[in-house]
Amino acid sequence: MLKSGLLRIFLTTIFFAGVNLANAAEPIKIGTFLSITGPASFLGDPELKTLQMVVEDFNAKGGLNGRKIELVHYDTGGNAREALNFVKRLIRKDQVDVIVGGTTSGDTLAVMPEVEKAGISLISLAGAVEIIEPVRKWVFKVAHTDRMAAAKIFEDLKKRHLTKVALITGDGGFDKSGRAQILELAPEYGITLVADESYSNKDTDMTAPLTKIRATDAQAIINFGFGQAPAIVTKNIKQLGIDLPVYQSHGVASKTFIDLAGEAAEGVRLPAAALVVAEQLPDTDPQKPVLLAYKKEYEAKHGAVSTFGGHAYDGVMIAAEAIKRAGGTDKTQVRDEIEKTSGFIGTAGIFHMTPEDHMGLNLDAFKMVEIRDGGWKIVE
Amino acid sequence: MRLAGFFVFAVAVILLPILFPDNYFVTVVGIAAGLHVILAVGLNLLMGYAGQISLGHAAFFGMGGYASAILTTRWEWPGWLAMLAGLLVAGTIAWLLARPILRLRGHYLAMATLGFGVIIHVLMVQATEWTGGPDGLGNIPPLNLLGWTVDSDRQWYWVIAVAMLLVIGLSLNLVDSRIGRALRAVRSAELAAQMMGIDTARAKTQVFVVSALFAAFAGSLFAHQQAFVSPDSFSLMISVELVTMVVLGGMASTFGAACGAIALTLLHEGLVVFEDYEMLIHGALLMAVMIFLPQGLFVGLTQGVHRGWTWIASRRGAKEPHHPAVS
Repeated sequence: MLKSGLLRIFLTTIFFAGVNLANAAEPIKIGTFLSITGPASFLGDPELKTLQMVVEDFNAKGGLNGRKIELVHYDTGGNAREALNFVKRLIRKDQVDVIVGGTTSGDTLAVMPEVEKAGISLISLAGAVEIIEPVRKWVFKVAHTDRMAAAKIFEDLKKRHLTKVALITGDGGFDKSGRAQILELAPEYGITLVADESYSNKDTDMTAPLTKIRATDAQAIINFGFGQAPAIVTKNIKQLGIDLPVYQSHGVASKTFIDLAGEAAEGVRLPAAALVVAEQLPDTDPQKPVLLAYKKEYEAKHGAVSTFGGHAYDGVMIAAEAIKRAGGTDKTQVRDEIEKTSGFIGTAGIFHMTPEDHMGLNLDAFKMVEIRDGGWKIVE
Repeated sequence: MRLAGFFVFAVAVILLPILFPDNYFVTVVGIAAGLHVILAVGLNLLMGYAGQISLGHAAFFGMGGYASAILTTRWEWPGWLAMLAGLLVAGTIAWLLARPILRLRGHYLAMATLGFGVIIHVLMVQATEWTGGPDGLGNIPPLNLLGWTVDSDRQWYWVIAVAMLLVIGLSLNLVDSRIGRALRAVRSAELAAQMMGIDTARAKTQVFVVSALFAAFAGSLFAHQQAFVSPDSFSLMISVELVTMVVLGGMASTFGAACGAIALTLLHEGLVVFEDYEMLIHGALLMAVMIFLPQGLFVGLTQGVHRGWTWIASRRGAKEPHHPAVS
């Protein structure tokens, strides 16, 4: 009797030890769905490269909590329908532990009901403020919001005593969301919008709406968009000889924009993450070493950094740190730990998340930069 | 006997989730496939039987989807009422549109329906106050049917399965009815059909409306199931995909359309692992099917099996086997 009891305990111990070993060997799965092709590919491409780079680094150092990390990624092509299908696949089929991604706001907004239902943390890399307002239990984001961009532009306008502004935006999700924020915030900063023009993101010439703007008494032009369109707008402004300060959004904070717009880009101002001006930061800035380290590693492998890859770095690092603190991949614990992220120094700024704020960045995270001599210059 | 195929299919649909209760390909991909079947079977009535092409079918799908989305989120209508409203809108628009648009033939009809689809898509993108614009509308409440809330994947599977079987059953009956025969006459020779006393304009209008209603029905279910709609789900590409499903499966065969819808949905899921090469393989497979099985996957394969069977039977010197029903 005693013997069989001991035997049973012995066997049970071996069994559970075996289960634990199996658990330890199983990789931590991070899922992602990005717009690697399609109109937002210049956002999605550096994001994927960054995620792969960070995961490789972790695995080279022995993984996380002694477990390797596996990255499961899908390309949505910027199509919200695909995004939702892939997220379902990540959750049900690949059974990932946490999802980092959603290059565009459209992709992220599409999958939010699904992640809420499934109960899995999602760290979005997209901009729209609707992602975190109202706060949803499982959804976080690491990219600056369009509202912050609008506020930053208005602050700069106020400093320059410019009050009459012409707005021109495209028909994409990012453009429309940005436009809404600008219209909403303008009265707070005492700014009057004297024009509110629009174009299609597929247009190859925007002189018609710009001619209308030229006829107004605007003191500055704000263009909110990403991709080729803002570059064309910037060029057309120059061609029409409109001599007004031009503001772009953080959506063009990549070298590609300067290359596309060429000389017309000179003097254009935009709010951007500190990443693009890392070298110009004072040495006392706590972000500087993080930025330079990421920049050095990324540029050694893939060429010029963009802030979008930086968002992916922030997202995956916040997820990794949360998993480390949670000591495992229990979904609820990981979520709670992500929400407790405080003082994490990322490329977009220093994150202080709370139950009421699932992004945790303030306006200081943005730098107002001006394009000078084909490069970025801080102007504050 | 006529409905033997239907019962075999129904049993397969019922058994799948019982045999594989938590299989991703059954409970997640299966739902998507079911919705595609409803859409393809509806479109097949128009394309396969009446011989009229539509490159704007996603528009009706979208009307159902947006009607459910807008009415349940903004005015908190119950799901079934919003669904009825969606059916009413899509049906009315289809009815108003049918006479002028179905007078056109061939390329002109293709252009007109394509234009219609694009117009509806632009409305979805631009009417931001109503549709939420390019980012779409979220937080659509789960569907509530007589106090039963459809929320989990498994529950959705059953709802979509019942809806799909209903649509297939209706379609099979319609095709074998007087209207169905009139439609086939219209496809073969419209003038001859008119000579026989068939009101061809009326027949075409009826089938266009039925087809639109099926699409709107699928749209409403889709909106509740995804809890989210955006213009991406109702774009021109979706219309083209639907046409591909019908042609791939086999025109003028309800099971052909269903088979095409299921095959294309599974193909898309299966090829995802090839990443960059997905579209390449996808295109090559479609080309191969069209070259080697021009009648479509289902019709071609059943005919092939039938021919093989006859050949074996004749070798054995047996009697001609009973013709399986292909409908």
